[in-house]
Amino acid sequence: MIKQAKQLIRWYEEVLSMPHRTEIARELRGEDDLFFLLLYSELLGVPNPAYYFTLELYPYIIEDFHDWHLRMGMDKSPLSGIRCC
Amino acid sequence: MNGMFIAFIGMVVFALGYRYYSKFVAEKIFRLDPNYVTPAHRFKDGVDFVPTSKYVLWGHHFTSVAGAAPIVGPAIAVYWGWLPAFLWVILGTVFAAGVHDFGTLVLSVRNKGQSVGTLANKLIGQRAKILFLCIILILVLMVNAVFAWVIANLFISFPASVLPVFIQIPLAIWIGHAVYKRKKRMLGPSLIALVLMYVVAIFASKIDFLQIDLVQYMGGENGAGLFGLGAVSSAFFIWIIILMIYVYIASTLPVWKLLQPRDFINSHQLIVGLAILYLGLLFTNPTITAPLTNTGTDVSWFPLLFITIACGAISGFHGLVSSGTSSKQLNKETDARFVGYLGAVGEGSLALIAILAVVTFFPSADEFLATYHSYTAANGAGLNVFVEGASKLATGLMIPVPIATTIVSIIVVSFAATTLDTSVRLMRYIIAELGITYNFSTLSKKHVATSIAVVASAALVLLPEGPKGFGSGGYLLWPLFGTSNQLLAGISLLLIAIWLKRLGRNYAIVLIPMVFLMFMTLYAMFQQVFFEWSWFGSSSNSLLFIFGAIIFVFAIWITLTAFSVLSNEHRSGSPRE
Repeated sequence: MIKQAKQLIRWYEEVLSMPHRTEIARELRGEDDLFFLLLYSELLGVPNPAYYFTLELYPYIIEDFHDWHLRMGMDKSPLSGIRCC
Repeated sequence: MNGMFIAFIGMVVFALGYRYYSKFVAEKIFRLDPNYVTPAHRFKDGVDFVPTSKYVLWGHHFTSVAGAAPIVGPAIAVYWGWLPAFLWVILGTVFAAGVHDFGTLVLSVRNKGQSVGTLANKLIGQRAKILFLCIILILVLMVNAVFAWVIANLFISFPASVLPVFIQIPLAIWIGHAVYKRKKRMLGPSLIALVLMYVVAIFASKIDFLQIDLVQYMGGENGAGLFGLGAVSSAFFIWIIILMIYVYIASTLPVWKLLQPRDFINSHQLIVGLAILYLGLLFTNPTITAPLTNTGTDVSWFPLLFITIACGAISGFHGLVSSGTSSKQLNKETDARFVGYLGAVGEGSLALIAILAVVTFFPSADEFLATYHSYTAANGAGLNVFVEGASKLATGLMIPVPIATTIVSIIVVSFAATTLDTSVRLMRYIIAELGITYNFSTLSKKHVATSIAVVASAALVLLPEGPKGFGSGGYLLWPLFGTSNQLLAGISLLLIAIWLKRLGRNYAIVLIPMVFLMFMTLYAMFQQVFFEWSWFGSSSNSLLFIFGAIIFVFAIWITLTAFSVLSNEHRSGSPRE
């Protein structure tokens, strides 16, 4: 009896959430699309607006980056884009 | 005659209809295939196309289609006695609505889950799509006007319902926030909201100052209102303006903020309402006091009965739900019978109990006839009689009449308000689509389209003059609402008929309801437009004349299209899948 009542509640909740499940999924898909665009746009030759803002991260990572390439046995920065020493 | 007995007969016919007729249609006509790959599997994307259990889909279909319309129509149509209304609801549900809902679902499933509008374009051509858009536009305009009147009328007749209904708005916003922003489950918050609303309803029905009675504030029915209008006219005017401002805001907000949370509460209310009514019927065991048949003093039941009850017997709106969402989520094709046919039966059972609540309310047939003395009077009084009749049934569950009256009127207002929100939003989309089609980009702007929708609806509901003055005549539009709904159903049935004909199957099961509907619609509109509403008619009214004439032309258009398409069908190409 309790099992059936629980089943009924689960069914009812699914009925209620059906239209809203679509709405959430649509919103998530929209966000995913934007994220993908930001990740891969440069590969497709589309200028990436997010790239410009990553420059702001430069001061925060530069010290860790320098330690990392020394640990890895490289005296100079291996990436031409990041110059720490 | 005993009310319970009639309900029992109705249920038995519904059950037989499902057990035998729908089985016949599913196996012999539609030939459903359990192995057919439905769009939910074929285009599965986790968003629109998601295979869903048939029980869940049925629940969704039923809660989407059952609203205020299957209550209002039957409450008016009992004017011709309870038997004609009862028979039309029962037979209409079994042979017309069930097949229509079921058929549109199957048709859409077999055509990549496309909606009726797209299918009209595909199966008939561009002009059918324009016709379809025009009829939907008329339908939503009528829905907006009629339901705005329904709400304003209930607010004036049952002032205790105002506060609980308005409390629903912040509660819905809270649920939306809790569910979407805080990721809570929705059952808990929406049940709390429902309980809070009913607690406010109990207080409002006991405490006078919590009842927002605009007519009393203006000095009673004979008091002076605004702009030289009477108190009742002013109250209608104020409520309609407030409602229009509300729908403007509600239909421009994102759906999850207000519309969906309101739907959660309304799904509970649908269950509460049906439980109150059917259990009340069981415990009070009332006798039907209304006459079996009533010839009426002004208009004949034939053909007006068939457009007075649209939802509850057959409604084109269901096709939009069937082909819009349900078809994209159907797990197996054979589930269509359960979802579509039983969805229609669910609405039929709401219409059935609405009839019973009204016909068991009056102590005697004379009192029934005193209230339902003319068709116009029935249009105006039907809904209020339903609220009082339903409250009388609720006494069987030990609910005091004032509280039951408030709760029932809240339920009807909530249904009507949700329909209003949705249809204003729909109208906005249609106006925007027309704007895009005809390269008039201003129309596609959200606020421009909504303003046009709201202003047109407000003008339409305020224009017809009722016996209580300005703004109180919205119910006069009810037959127009019924007709436009039937026309939409007519188009859907036509599409199913074309599809079946192309497959070389027997399409009489859809052709007969379609011919019946088109005949009734044409006949009723001809009679109303020329003998009632025209300048030489018995109750001349240019507004109703214009809209009636437009609908009449549309009905002729559909009939001619149906005739030409079905008779020329052998020239068209190979059968579709």
